[in-house]
Amino acid sequence: MQKIPMTSNKQPDHPLDDLIRTDRIPHIWCPGCGIGTVFSSCLAALKGSGIDLQKTVMVSGIGCSGRAAGYVKLDSFHTTHGRAIPFATGLKLANPELNIVVFSGDGDLFAIGGNHFIHAARRNMDMTVICVNNLNYGMTGGQVAATTPHLAKSTTTPAGNPETPFNLPLMAYACGATYVARWTMLHIRDLTDSITEAICKKGFSFIEALSPCPVNYGRRNKQKPLDMLKLYQEKAIIKNDADPSTLDIDFEKGIILGKFIDLDRPTFIEEYDKIYRPSRLQENVPELNS
Amino acid sequence: MEFWRIPLDADTIQVSRGIVHILEDRCKGCGYCIEYCPKQALEFSANFNQKGYHPPCVIKPEECVNCHYCEIICPEFAIFSVESLQTTELKQVRT
Repeated sequence: MQKIPMTSNKQPDHPLDDLIRTDRIPHIWCPGCGIGTVFSSCLAALKGSGIDLQKTVMVSGIGCSGRAAGYVKLDSFHTTHGRAIPFATGLKLANPELNIVVFSGDGDLFAIGGNHFIHAARRNMDMTVICVNNLNYGMTGGQVAATTPHLAKSTTTPAGNPETPFNLPLMAYACGATYVARWTMLHIRDLTDSITEAICKKGFSFIEALSPCPVNYGRRNKQKPLDMLKLYQEKAIIKNDADPSTLDIDFEKGIILGKFIDLDRPTFIEEYDKIYRPSRLQENVPELNS
Repeated sequence: MEFWRIPLDADTIQVSRGIVHILEDRCKGCGYCIEYCPKQALEFSANFNQKGYHPPCVIKPEECVNCHYCEIICPEFAIFSVESLQTTELKQVRT
């Protein structure tokens, strides 16, 4: 019997398929949700940064964004609520060779896990924190969060939010982060470049990525997913090195995006080794010189 | 690609061409790729995918310039473009 030659009609794989667990795709994120875009941007940055992916760990907490750790085909941790940064700190201290990327949401990192964020930034732990900010608690049904803009509607504030939201870049800067940037899920190329830079940078790096939540935040504020992207397009003001105290999210006056802080400071492990493990430092000196 | 005046350096600058691939069953029909395609090469198709969403389809395959924007904005890893070796024909449109 004549063999039929193999045809190459098979559709090629997506360029990021080698980094995602394709058996779990499609993921749980709603249609129009921006977490998937930020996640793919993060994977593209991991791939483009040239770091050893065998020594890279993605850690995330609980929430919609917290599901990211389950979709990445690298070592990953899906940790308890708010405790992504403590797990990441432990990983880094136990094995300083690892590259740690914390991928989580605003509720996980800044509401229940706010304290851990502050202290990791203060200590300058060597990790990259990516916060997907969708302006509410998406997974639990759209309650008011620490980042919900003033007067925005949510399940628990049906007439408008009376509180003032966090200014996340200012907080990261004030606590001692060495790299702070903010982008939206529409400014993907800038976001990817920023994440690449942050992964390659030593010290605590923080990137805030604004993302629409059409099902909870958008529905209550009369915004369709595309309206939200149009809003990002219209209201975005790209201003690198802007003063962090001017970065509060107010869609009326415009949201400032860009890379705000990029400085160098000794990391926790360096400082610790200097005092408690001077022998290790001496051992490392010839390696550094060679 | 159509121009109202062919650029003077058209013979030295090569316009890249792309082929769009759509993994239909991953799509959730958000329409971001359709809205933000700089060449308006995509449109919602009339068919449904396995999950009941309308995936995009390519209506102007010759317009794709392989910018990868659909690929990076897609939250579902459902669309991507690869470089095509065909060269772009530049056409002058008379107005």
